[in-house]
Amino acid sequence: MDMTLLSGLLAALIICYLAGALCALLAGDLYGRMLAAAGAVLGALATVGLGIAALSTGAPFSAIFNFLPFGGCALRIDGLSAPFLILTGLVGAASAIYGYGYSAAYEHVYSLRRLGALFNLLLLSLALQVMADNVVTFLFLWEIMSLLAYLLVLTEHREPAAIRAANWYMAISHIGFAALLAMFLLLAGGDLTAAFDTLRANAPSLPDRDLIFLLALLGFGAKAGLIPLHVWLPMAHPVAPSHVSALMSGVVIKMGVYGFCRVVLDLLGAGPPWWGGLVLAVGIASALFGVLYALMEHDLKRLLAYHSVENIGIIFIGIGAGLMFQSYGLLTLAALGFVAALYHALNHACFKGLLFLGAGSVLHATFTRNMEAMGGLIKKMPRTALAFLIGSASISALPPLNGFASEWLVFQTLLGGSHIPEPRVALMMPVAVALLALTGGLAMACFVKAFGITFLAIPRSKAAEQAHESPASMQTGMGILAVACVVLGLIPFFIVPVFGRALAGLGKLPWDTARFTLALPLDIPGAVGSMSSPLLAAGLLILLAAIPLALRLAGADRRTRLGHTWGCGRIGQTPRMQYTATAFAEPLRRVFAELYRPTQDLSIDFHPESKYFVQSIEYQSEIHPWFEKLLYQPLIGIFQKTADRVRWIQAGWLGLYLAYILFALIALLVFAGWLP
Amino acid sequence: MSAWLVEVFEALFALALAPGLVGLIRWIKARMQSRLGPPPWQPYRELRKLLHKEVVVSDNASWLFRFAPYAVSASTLAIAFLVPLIVVPRRFDMIGDLFVVVYLLLLGTFWLALAGLDPGSAFGGMGASRDVTVAALAEPSTATAIFSLALGAGSTNLGAIVVATLNDPRTVLTPGHLLAFAALFVVALAETGRLPVDNPATHLELTMIHEAMILEYSGRYLALLEWASGLKLFLFLSLLANLFFPWGIAQTMTPAALAWALAVLVLKLVILAVVLAVIETRVAKLRLFRVPELLTASFVLALLAITSSFLLR
Repeated sequence: MDMTLLSGLLAALIICYLAGALCALLAGDLYGRMLAAAGAVLGALATVGLGIAALSTGAPFSAIFNFLPFGGCALRIDGLSAPFLILTGLVGAASAIYGYGYSAAYEHVYSLRRLGALFNLLLLSLALQVMADNVVTFLFLWEIMSLLAYLLVLTEHREPAAIRAANWYMAISHIGFAALLAMFLLLAGGDLTAAFDTLRANAPSLPDRDLIFLLALLGFGAKAGLIPLHVWLPMAHPVAPSHVSALMSGVVIKMGVYGFCRVVLDLLGAGPPWWGGLVLAVGIASALFGVLYALMEHDLKRLLAYHSVENIGIIFIGIGAGLMFQSYGLLTLAALGFVAALYHALNHACFKGLLFLGAGSVLHATFTRNMEAMGGLIKKMPRTALAFLIGSASISALPPLNGFASEWLVFQTLLGGSHIPEPRVALMMPVAVALLALTGGLAMACFVKAFGITFLAIPRSKAAEQAHESPASMQTGMGILAVACVVLGLIPFFIVPVFGRALAGLGKLPWDTARFTLALPLDIPGAVGSMSSPLLAAGLLILLAAIPLALRLAGADRRTRLGHTWGCGRIGQTPRMQYTATAFAEPLRRVFAELYRPTQDLSIDFHPESKYFVQSIEYQSEIHPWFEKLLYQPLIGIFQKTADRVRWIQAGWLGLYLAYILFALIALLVFAGWLP
Repeated sequence: MSAWLVEVFEALFALALAPGLVGLIRWIKARMQSRLGPPPWQPYRELRKLLHKEVVVSDNASWLFRFAPYAVSASTLAIAFLVPLIVVPRRFDMIGDLFVVVYLLLLGTFWLALAGLDPGSAFGGMGASRDVTVAALAEPSTATAIFSLALGAGSTNLGAIVVATLNDPRTVLTPGHLLAFAALFVVALAETGRLPVDNPATHLELTMIHEAMILEYSGRYLALLEWASGLKLFLFLSLLANLFFPWGIAQTMTPAALAWALAVLVLKLVILAVVLAVIETRVAKLRLFRVPELLTASFVLALLAITSSFLLR
């Protein structure tokens, strides 16, 4: 493949996104909405094309542009950026189409111009982010991306929840940015214009490699939403418009994964085993805590946001295991771990995007995110229900959909842990396997709750009763991602070798590429089992057809009569007799009570005459993530105290501020004069 | 070609014998409780009766309720093709390993739990909630037991595990193997809804798990679900029998070896049925919130199994 195609696609994606953003700003509400979506879709298609073209050439592609004042902006596509380009484009295209219909509700309420322009610019910054090839480009785009995402969270800027969420997001992403700045300063030896090639060459001889690694984990973990830096995620993702939530949960947090892979796998190279062990442990903690808190959520979008924490955890389990194997020299297994992580990142983008779009449809139809007010939507919105069902099955890792394919690979990677020579390190792997399996089981439980309470049985509120199916554009957006979930689940035999080859092209990952062969039953070196999802899917379909046929041949009675649900003799069924989401999760809440530490409030009003008669009972139970309080409350306290102390320097007088600026300048000049 | 046919035959054999196994356990239980009990072939009669009755579907239910019985039975039957019953090495190994089996089980649980919620009855919701809880909490010990088996055999493919144990019969008596067996036995009790986790013989409102989920089903749908749950029990017992004590499984395609393997399999299943019946007559049902303790114990056993394998290698 020639370079002209790649540079053509790159130019096309930049032009389309910018044109979309410009149209959104200039045109009126309806046309602006349409043109912004069109620009985003075309740009996203060019992004996917760029990713596929880069993967099919296998060769890296470089283009250097000089338009920034600080030494130039360098872009380069290689095997690591291509998968992220594909997932950005895929989710971007689907949410753009969906957004055309969804944002109609914002007309005359919030600014559509702003929303359309920011959406396009965010997609552009995401696509460029994974191509950044020097430090300054990377950091510049990183900050732009964070700011755009911040502004998008603030779309509904009159909601106090949105402001609060945006502030948290801003604070944590800047803590992350500070860590990244420090990390790159150490990595580049102070020269922020250094190209990544230079860093790659110098990295093995750096003195502070451990510190660089820790800063990278902190900085990229904050963006990805790893525990304990995830607090902004369940706040910010639900309050954004749903197609933006899909983009944020599906793609923006993946930039944390990308950045971590770029720096640790590519630039820094292999480290001691504890690096991998730490990443693995953080991944497991994120996966487990994410799903446990998701189980207790009744806000549909917050539930999905907690599941993003879980899935980011699973991705980091793959990366962590890969790093461990890499440091023990088990390179085939390491490759398997990284491929599993990349594959899961792509899959998570698809099913989480799909689920957020589905939740958006429900929100669009019922005007609430509270699951306890839903129910029976499968009859009112059958297509949304089907799409949400596919997403639920995918995220629960049920075969033969895509979540299963990548989780199976993660399991296979962890099983390779028995090859680690040190028994006490190797013993970490079965524990990881067990906790990952627990996470999978709990995710299944959670999505039975999410789908069952939202879509099945009798409507629990007037709004749910009067729900309507969403417009065609929203259905198309969901349809694209639903198809992607099914297709990605069926082709692991294709994805794994392609990703393996793409990674093998990276500088410090010198494994044998020829061993990844393309075969219908997935045949991977390092894995100890075999699985063929296309054959499995075919088998399940055959059985699904054969069973009704067999029943008919056996002469089974084919009459069906409608009746009432059995209710122990009572007449008439009301929604209040159904299980609620709270009740559904109650057994697990009791099992993990030590972890949740729910607060309970029970007040009984007795009759004044006798305490054997009760007038009213009020019971309240809430779950707050206590460790978040433990961690963040002191920090917020210190921050507020410091702010109080330095308040005296604020006088509200312009002259004083100008004087401050002058003094700061002089101080800086003196400081600069001191430096060698 | 004949190898494929034999493996398809195995699955059909499991399908045919599954209701009989359920009946046998009930019959032994009845005898141990000094009751006469229905004959072991009673489940076949029940299935025939159900197949010839009309279906009553709740007017609250959606298409999902009608589809779920097919999804549950298809996913269970798919497992029947993967479990080694009478002959190894297996062709179907390339389609799925033990993890695929575990996640196919979860697929069945997923559909059944959704179907339990669909008619909007409190019983269905209760059963669904409890069933997914038990299924989720059983996952860690299942996965750890798989890890332990894979450690011994160097593979998670079911046929390969059986072959590895057959080639090195001494592994049967290693502590790792026995501990993993104990762990998986507890999981089997929980997953197939037997005492002390769930009582398959009760319709008492507050203790039901599996029965509560299928309470709204009738006619052919109920027949499919009953058959699928019988098949699940059959497959779990076969897994326990053949993965841990694979003696008697045919390694060649000769008719004599196959017939012998079939006879040995039936014998092993009868032994396990007796064990299950004895347990079920001796043990009372656990409170739901004590079940996690049982599953944690099973997880610890599985972890000990791996630790001992690491130390002894």
